[in-house]
Amino acid sequence: MPKLEGIKRVLVIGSGPIVIGQAAEFDYAGTQACRSLKEEGMEVILVNSNPATIMTDKEIADKVYIEPLTVEVLQKIIEVEKPDSLLPNMGGQAGLNLGMELAESGFLDAHGVKLLGTTAETIRNAEGRQEFKDMMERIGEPCAASELVENIEDGIAFAETIGYPVVLRPAYTLGGSGGGIAHDREELVEILTNGLRLSRVGQVLVERCIAGWKEIEYEVIRDSNGTCITVCNMENLDPVGVHTGDSIVVAPSQTLSDKEYQMLRTSALRIIDELGITGGCNVQFALHPTSFEYIVIEVNPRVSRSSALASKATGYPIAKVSAKIALGYTLDEIPNAVTGKTYASFEPALDYVVVKIPRLPFDKFITAKRTLTTQMKATGEVMSICTSFEAGLMKALRSLAQHVDSLDTGDYVGWSDEKIMEQLSVVDDRRIYLIAEILRRGIADYDKIHEVTMIDPWFIDKLAILVEMEKKLKGCDGKLDRELLREAKRMEFPDNVIADWTGKTEEEVRNLRYQYGITAAFKMVDTCAAEFASETPYYYSTFDGVNEVEEQSNRKKIMVLGSGPIRIGQGIEFDYCSVHSVWALSQEGYETIIVNNNPETVSTDFDIADKLYFEPLTPEDVENIVRLEKPDGAVVQFGGQTAINLTETLMKMGVKILGTSAENVDAAEDRELFDDILEECCIPRAKGDTVFTTEEALRVANELGYPVLIRPSYVLGGQGMQIAINDKDVEEFIGIINRIAQDHPILVDKYLQGKELEVDAVCDGTDILIPGIMEHIERTGVHSGDSISVYPAPTVSEKVKETIAEYSRRLAKALHVIGLINIQFIAMNDEVYVIEVNPRSSRTVPYISKVTGIPIVDLATEVIIGKKIRDLGYEPGLQPAADYFAIKMPVFSFEKIRGAEISLGPEMKSTGECLGIAKTFNEALYKAFLGAGVNLPKHKQMIITVKDADKGEAIEVARRFEKLGYIIYATRSTAAVLNEAGIKARKVNKIQQESPTVMDLILGHKIDLVIDTPTQGRDKSRDGFLIRRTAIETGVNCITAMDTATALVSSLENAASQGEMTLIDIATIARRGK
Amino acid sequence: MKAFLILEDGTVFEGKSIGSRREVISEVVFNTSMTGYLEVLTDPSYAGQAVTMTYPLIGNYGICKKDMESRRGWPDGFIVRELSRMPSNFRSEDTVQHFLEEYDIPGISGIDTRALTKILREKGTMNGMITTDAQYDLESILPRLKEYRVTGVVQRVTCEKEEAYVPGDMDSREGAPEKKVAVIDVGTKKNIIRCLLNRGCRVTVYPCGFDAEEVIAAKPDGIMITNGPGDPSECVEIIEQIKMLAQSGIPIFAICLGHQLMALAHGAKTYKMKYGHRGANHPVKDLNTGKVYISSQNHGYVVDGDSIGQDVAKPWFVNVNDGTVEGLEYAGKPIKTVQFHPEANAGPRDSELLFDEFMKMIGGQKCE
Repeated sequence: MPKLEGIKRVLVIGSGPIVIGQAAEFDYAGTQACRSLKEEGMEVILVNSNPATIMTDKEIADKVYIEPLTVEVLQKIIEVEKPDSLLPNMGGQAGLNLGMELAESGFLDAHGVKLLGTTAETIRNAEGRQEFKDMMERIGEPCAASELVENIEDGIAFAETIGYPVVLRPAYTLGGSGGGIAHDREELVEILTNGLRLSRVGQVLVERCIAGWKEIEYEVIRDSNGTCITVCNMENLDPVGVHTGDSIVVAPSQTLSDKEYQMLRTSALRIIDELGITGGCNVQFALHPTSFEYIVIEVNPRVSRSSALASKATGYPIAKVSAKIALGYTLDEIPNAVTGKTYASFEPALDYVVVKIPRLPFDKFITAKRTLTTQMKATGEVMSICTSFEAGLMKALRSLAQHVDSLDTGDYVGWSDEKIMEQLSVVDDRRIYLIAEILRRGIADYDKIHEVTMIDPWFIDKLAILVEMEKKLKGCDGKLDRELLREAKRMEFPDNVIADWTGKTEEEVRNLRYQYGITAAFKMVDTCAAEFASETPYYYSTFDGVNEVEEQSNRKKIMVLGSGPIRIGQGIEFDYCSVHSVWALSQEGYETIIVNNNPETVSTDFDIADKLYFEPLTPEDVENIVRLEKPDGAVVQFGGQTAINLTETLMKMGVKILGTSAENVDAAEDRELFDDILEECCIPRAKGDTVFTTEEALRVANELGYPVLIRPSYVLGGQGMQIAINDKDVEEFIGIINRIAQDHPILVDKYLQGKELEVDAVCDGTDILIPGIMEHIERTGVHSGDSISVYPAPTVSEKVKETIAEYSRRLAKALHVIGLINIQFIAMNDEVYVIEVNPRSSRTVPYISKVTGIPIVDLATEVIIGKKIRDLGYEPGLQPAADYFAIKMPVFSFEKIRGAEISLGPEMKSTGECLGIAKTFNEALYKAFLGAGVNLPKHKQMIITVKDADKGEAIEVARRFEKLGYIIYATRSTAAVLNEAGIKARKVNKIQQESPTVMDLILGHKIDLVIDTPTQGRDKSRDGFLIRRTAIETGVNCITAMDTATALVSSLENAASQGEMTLIDIATIARRGK
Repeated sequence: MKAFLILEDGTVFEGKSIGSRREVISEVVFNTSMTGYLEVLTDPSYAGQAVTMTYPLIGNYGICKKDMESRRGWPDGFIVRELSRMPSNFRSEDTVQHFLEEYDIPGISGIDTRALTKILREKGTMNGMITTDAQYDLESILPRLKEYRVTGVVQRVTCEKEEAYVPGDMDSREGAPEKKVAVIDVGTKKNIIRCLLNRGCRVTVYPCGFDAEEVIAAKPDGIMITNGPGDPSECVEIIEQIKMLAQSGIPIFAICLGHQLMALAHGAKTYKMKYGHRGANHPVKDLNTGKVYISSQNHGYVVDGDSIGQDVAKPWFVNVNDGTVEGLEYAGKPIKTVQFHPEANAGPRDSELLFDEFMKMIGGQKCE
């Protein structure tokens, strides 16, 4: 069938800020969909509040609105842009929910906008729990016994008829927010209360517990002609009970016979057919481990994290094909872009194994509960491809970049066998390491391990095979013969690990390998198991076969290193930078090679670079690629710290590092070298010193005087950074940092509290181009990634701006920066200090590029390959400020991580960001808060409890909230101060005091906002921690810095005074400075 | 023990011996199914061939004898990258290793099956030898490899004598038989028979040496000609008998080799494909509805679409990837044939509804 008539202008909804459960996969899907639509001549109007995405580039869409994702904003955009159709299934649950609301309210019909891809009815049938259940019953597909409840009483009654444990799933939430397994009435009440509140429609499904069954997923795709295919099936190593986003997942399934495989495949196709979905869809099954009984867990009628994984695992571009289907094409008309010979109606056949491991944020949230449940906690994931499960697992483990390159973590030294076995019943991210330890000690057999964990014995045997190899290596007495080494490499044990266990150096192992002729080969991901010759250069490595990478061209080759899994502090923005760099290099005629291991990203789409290597980003893995490709140069400055850390390896291999040299990167990180440079440039910075031990740290801290800032060097996102106010803090923080052996010293600096400012600039060795200066709303002490950032800087003097531009120029020059540089400053009065310099891309690069219209990654790339800023048509220096405000607002996922401390500090905690852009500062701020989901007021009641130092500022903030009509509750001392200032604050009791306490208030669901500023340093009081956690877990906004509170009240005042919201099409922002 | 796979073009793969240690020459082909190795091993169509599984991990779920598609294992060789040392599945009764030993099938593991597949894709299907003799003499072996032809395989795999089945047999659904179907066994998979039993048919299976007159005299409501191995044009006698069946007016459905034999019986030609279709992911398009089904396939020969006139038969299905004929509807005769396997096993069951189509042709019941 040809494409549908009358579709010319398509509105695409993105997924908004990155939060746990909704990450880069939707930028990947959305970008692919937009490109696919544009390929068909469509005009694409894009809405997404997330500025760090590639989809919000003007190259991707024709009209780009980085606006809050609310129904009102979308209605306004539809009125202005008059699209003829809307594609709602690319923006995750957020996008789908919005599309649904617009359709259900009749707004789309009234404005002649057609819903593309999937009808509202289909979405309702798939997403509405009752509708779905009814439909499954109708077609005879089994669902778990369940009931949709809207109140606690019904929940208890139903749970007691089917028996505990029961699973609770709130309707219409993402990443399983608010869900869980309740083992008794008390747990039921707790989870259900929370779930009812989080559900958009106030409904929670209470369901028979099928924990321990195999969890199997199918990615299916259907066209309007009713042709359905499955792209991929996947098996979770972790049985039902752990959210699939937090599970180790393999593709294809490993322990299913053809009978089970086809039974579930047939079921998936029947379901998608009955739903009438046109496009991609994910179906999740629970399969009884010892029978053919199965249960349909859920269906996602849209692209998803799983569909991104399936696309990367197979080479089948689900989002792209879905977009074409939405335009009316059928599967047999859409060519398979990988083979160039087959069609999209071909089911991929894999001749390798794919392993996905989630990246969990427990390194950031050390107080958090590590248990894995049906509520997702992972911020990102890695994928690996190899010819066996053992090898795939080993590659994936090291891709996580968590200082663990094998199953032997050394964490269980000193644990008794009893303690180990006890721990086995705990489901957390360390479970496979624990199982490996059990196998290593031989303290339980497969049956016992299976009985406790319900992990299929096949996987346990694979872990055992790895442990056996580990023992062979450890016990070989340094006699590493060819056979043993070959087998170890076939299982992907890295050289450094083998070296450790055999008493050799890594270099000795490597040399031995070469001597034995054991080298990595690269194989192609071709969708068809080599049945057809394929055109797409998408590769993975193995030590188990012959190399098949062929020379493609005689163009100069440049390798761009990606940033690996998304984690707090290293997010989607680095993917944005990597992709733009690849595009710019391609445009200049280079052959591009990208190396990355994150399946959620645009950079790992097979048509971004000329060659894609889906590989761990470790020295050894990168070296294997370099040996084969012999690139003319490598770019590391766009891939975050992960890529920077590979600089040394590349240089050792003789690969030219393009852009700022490694010595100069070191100079920025090395305390002494950097101090010399600052001195040379006459730039002041906070006093400080480097230390290795606690004793040294205490000495330095006492010399400087408290408070001091303590942080490890060579890290991103302020990892491990803390403000210490006394000796005890210093001891604790140094202890934490030194739990992992440090190659580099720890920095101890005098902590200065002032305004924090930031620039991203491009330097060509002579000139510097500064697109703009960003000012943080929160004072120093809050990590820049967690601060609200405003462009152009609204409150600093011209003199400060000039100083910043001048210091930036001096620093870039002194560090011989070629490419990007990010500098953070503190301004106290008119004095400017440098906090830190990062001669590489930063978190704010996409944001500042978009709001200034200056494509700084492209420019940096041009500069890296030898061009000059002036030749590129830009006048160096600080560019004129824009006549609007663009505010970047951090977005957190605290509600997903039970037990995480939410108060802001020097260590970054946000998972994503959104943008507010408007002519006035206040409107921009309002939009930014709105985009971050801070939608006030509801009840107009708030709680204020602040530390003594903040009490003065609290008065002003409270007065303004009171004027807006808020009823203010405050704890004793805060209330006293407010009352004294004439504010009618009601006193509430602290938690330990008699009811009603502050806790009762929050749990009473009548509170909009809690302002709770913890005492400096780490807040030790359980009280404050409990208040903040309770607020977060009951969905109450909680602010922990006075500056944020002030900003919020300004934004609310604006909302109260202003009527219509204005919109800005980013694509119309002129390229400034030209 | 080491094993070697020696190809006609002189390529040698060194791996580990699995299954029988007997030395064997056969035609080397590859199958891209990710599951269903037991169904492949027991599919009579592989007689005379060594099957390479492109999916690297084989044996994960062991052997469940109920899933066997015929009375024994048929291939003359089994080539895998890795054989799982510990199968895991609630139905597993045995290992692939034992299965291969039981049916005296030699095999090789630990080789780069992707590299092998690429050779077969580029150069076409070729003959090969699996041997455990490390002292093999390439010069004397290569001429023997070139000489080898897959012959007489239909006679090898067909049933010995007539067999009768009623609904409820072979784990099919119980029920009173409504229709009589004659199955011409040129190498049938059990599931073809089971699909008929599930639709309430009483089934008589005839060996490949059947007498058409006898079959017609038994007055079946319909005739099914099954899949099977080898070069269809070699089956001269069977084709003659099929000509008679085609004239009888009894509705006929034919699958795979049966489809090829029916075309040959109508004067069409078949030819050997470069490397065939073997897998569980081939898209076939129903030209009547435009709908595409993912099908299970296993054939090295194909009907030449140009050799058969529209007045004799019109194309019913085509392969979306390479446009080859995947099904024919005969003009003026109740005969429909498909190249792919609607009975699946291994592979997708999307086209099982073609058995319902056959039931419609003979006035039987659908499978609910």
